Amino acid sequence: MDRHDLIIIGGGPAGLAAALAARENGIEDILILERDVRLGGILNQCIHNGFGLHTFKEELTGPEYAERYAKRVIEAGIPYKLNTICADISPDREVTYVNAEEGCVTVKAGAVILAMGCRERPRGALGLPGFRQAGVYTAGTAQRLMNIEGYLVGKEVVILGSGDIGLIMARRMTLEGAKVKVVAELMPYSGGLKRNIVQCLDDFNIPLRLSHTVTRVHGKERVEGVTISEVGPDRRPIPGTEEFYSCDTLLLSCGLLPENELSKSAGVRLSRITGGAEVNESLETSVPGVFSCGNVLHVHDLVDYVSEEASRAGKNAAAFIKAGGVRERGRVITLKGEGGVRYTVPQTIDPANMEDKLTVRFRVGDVYKGKSLAVYYNGVEVRRVRKRVMAPGEMEELVIMKSSLPENTDEIIIRVED
Amino acid sequence: MNEFDVAVIGAGVTGSAIARYLARYELKTVVLEKEEDVSSGTTKANSGIVHAGFDAAPGSMMAKMNVKGCEMIKELSKTLDFPYRNNGSMVLCFDEAEIPNLRALYERGITNGVKELKILTGDEARAMEPAVSDAVVAALWAPTAGIVCPFNLCIALAENAADNGVVFKFLTEVENIKKTAEGFRISTNNGEITAKTVVNAAGVYADKIHNMVSADKLTITPRRGEYVLMDKEVGGLVSATIFQLPGKLGKGVLVTPTVHGNLLVGPNAQDLEDKEDTETTQAGMDDIKKRALLSVPGVPYNKMITSFAGLRAHEARHDFILGEVSDCEGFFDAAGIESPGLTSAPAIGEYMADMIAVKLSAKQKENFNPNRKGFIEVAKLPREERARLIKECPEYGRIVCRCENISEGEILDAINRTLGAKSLDGVKRRVRQGMGRCQAGFCTPRTMELLARELKIPMTEVRKNRPGSELLKG
Repeated sequence: MDRHDLIIIGGGPAGLAAALAARENGIEDILILERDVRLGGILNQCIHNGFGLHTFKEELTGPEYAERYAKRVIEAGIPYKLNTICADISPDREVTYVNAEEGCVTVKAGAVILAMGCRERPRGALGLPGFRQAGVYTAGTAQRLMNIEGYLVGKEVVILGSGDIGLIMARRMTLEGAKVKVVAELMPYSGGLKRNIVQCLDDFNIPLRLSHTVTRVHGKERVEGVTISEVGPDRRPIPGTEEFYSCDTLLLSCGLLPENELSKSAGVRLSRITGGAEVNESLETSVPGVFSCGNVLHVHDLVDYVSEEASRAGKNAAAFIKAGGVRERGRVITLKGEGGVRYTVPQTIDPANMEDKLTVRFRVGDVYKGKSLAVYYNGVEVRRVRKRVMAPGEMEELVIMKSSLPENTDEIIIRVED
Repeated sequence: MNEFDVAVIGAGVTGSAIARYLARYELKTVVLEKEEDVSSGTTKANSGIVHAGFDAAPGSMMAKMNVKGCEMIKELSKTLDFPYRNNGSMVLCFDEAEIPNLRALYERGITNGVKELKILTGDEARAMEPAVSDAVVAALWAPTAGIVCPFNLCIALAENAADNGVVFKFLTEVENIKKTAEGFRISTNNGEITAKTVVNAAGVYADKIHNMVSADKLTITPRRGEYVLMDKEVGGLVSATIFQLPGKLGKGVLVTPTVHGNLLVGPNAQDLEDKEDTETTQAGMDDIKKRALLSVPGVPYNKMITSFAGLRAHEARHDFILGEVSDCEGFFDAAGIESPGLTSAPAIGEYMADMIAVKLSAKQKENFNPNRKGFIEVAKLPREERARLIKECPEYGRIVCRCENISEGEILDAINRTLGAKSLDGVKRRVRQGMGRCQAGFCTPRTMELLARELKIPMTEVRKNRPGSELLKG
């Protein structure tokens, strides 16, 4: 069986940044497995701009952002395989992949980085009643058909869900001559970034109806319209509020799900809230030597944070490999989100392996205006940060300083407070 | 050219089975189907259960065909190579007072000729199926029951029929049937056909077809059943098919693994007017989800990946109507085919084909090939075999549907083999592309490209299923 020091599953923004960081930290023998025909992952179909403001201090399109990383990976001579699907990862880091050239191959990895990204919540998982007609697409599928293949999926469109891809597609389809009639959002707030609501809906006079959902999809062969109803605080439709919108297409942007089937085959423990792996300060999962980063770990709002997180995973995987695959594990501090903070990544910290500064990322469960984020070490408040506004569509972060951690800390809690 | 000995109307599982058994005879047979593919009506949306046969009234055609069909499917799954699993079924009883009804079901099964039936205590049932409810006081265990891929059962029968010379005409809707001296003249939207005999296997439309030739009118009521399907991750929650004893709360809903490893819950029963109304409803889904929890309290509905509805072809007498129509010689009905119609299909096929062969004094064909090779499930092959296959045909190494691990090779086989797929649904039913947890989010564009390329049509003409379901608008 062949062996590689580091195998990275996925050649999207997370996988590429992880590979570069691992190489910068001295790992020569790296292999990236990418299932698509090119590096860059989902960014290749995100042809709008707005990427890279943090990383490159300029506004790039998705393909441009991907290109910068892909180019560096190629220049660094890091090997990658395209059109290659990872079929299995065993708990002892044997990676099986399949492609047309080599068939079915198993290789041993010194360390593995999971960077498979996420998928969209499909119609079936939403339980939308109606026929199973053509014309219902997740926003990402419509985006691929439009931006990669060059086809228009519909001319009169209703969008359910105000996730970022849905908002982006509202603008994109409008620019291509389609009429986007309305965006309906089940929650009383949008799941997307504020800037996308302004630039993709407001600028094009597309109404966003909060606390509304689709209660019926009409048409047998092809979508002919949808019924939209208002929902109450229990998120159930309110009878009598039904409104019919005629359309030929329904796009869904109702959440992204980290794609962790392979992680499960490796025995990685998953968080029930993020759907991604539970990780420690090194972004290492419950399986030693298996690291996770990017949208497969938790769904990010900006790719810049994916790259930053993935670089840390690459660096930490490099340290693991250089240490010969064994790392002393010391004390464990548990990190928890409470009172409006839905989760934290990471979930645990080993102070012995912690760098001086650790960025903790999380999302809140509701829209909060003028509230604070409070940090507690063993129940004692140590910090309080005032936030003008926090919303579920935007990721929050806090930095924990190693120097601030008392010896005996075993629990850190982050809460939303007044 | 359009003259046949037998015209079968309908290419669902019943029509396909009849065609397959007719193919054993020296007969020119044509199957007329109004949709673009086989398995497009009742066959495409049902429980996929191979019933043991204790449910039907003793002496009925249903009882006879069910018990025989249950045995035949097991054998056929080898000769025709389609997915089948003999997982057994269990009928749960929740009330001591209803145990006599459970016992009556057992007795009925014995009378019908069902083998190996056994009454279990609640504890015995839970020992076999730990997920079933604590409220269960007794259960009927039927080890001969099974689960089958309904699409591939139908597709296998139809393919084998076609390979043995049966002609299939799709997008061919029967508009009128005239009795003539020689037999029948059938007008369709796709030209005229003559046949010495006609077999009506038109499912929910069997009344319409029957009433074209007979004064003894038939009424088929479309009875809708809704289902919800869960991810494979939770398919192992139960091993057997779990029924509820019909009782105060109605007929009950089932909880079953599917032959592909998903978990299925349903159906309800709702009599409708519209024979095309396969729309799911919020109320219907809420209802079956709630009722299934009686049997298995832990059904994880958060793992739901899709929902669907199908129509049963219900006739008031609630028995299969199989045979020559009394006032129209040469016209045969296979009507009122509702549950256990899927299980019974091979038995109905053989029964009807033999009857027609006698009518037409047809001889057995000498070169009938009973075998059919199913689709290769690449991801399930042993490693060495998979590697060898990919070396020979690299397209089996290109995974298109990542959730179900379906390769380009399998999709190309689905499109290019006998009676190949012409639409996205056709591919899906044959090889499960798009049936997984992302529900075709990722693999739709690539599969569309393959369909366009192989069928030599523009992308804008690629359809989900029937005309009008084109996927793109420009």
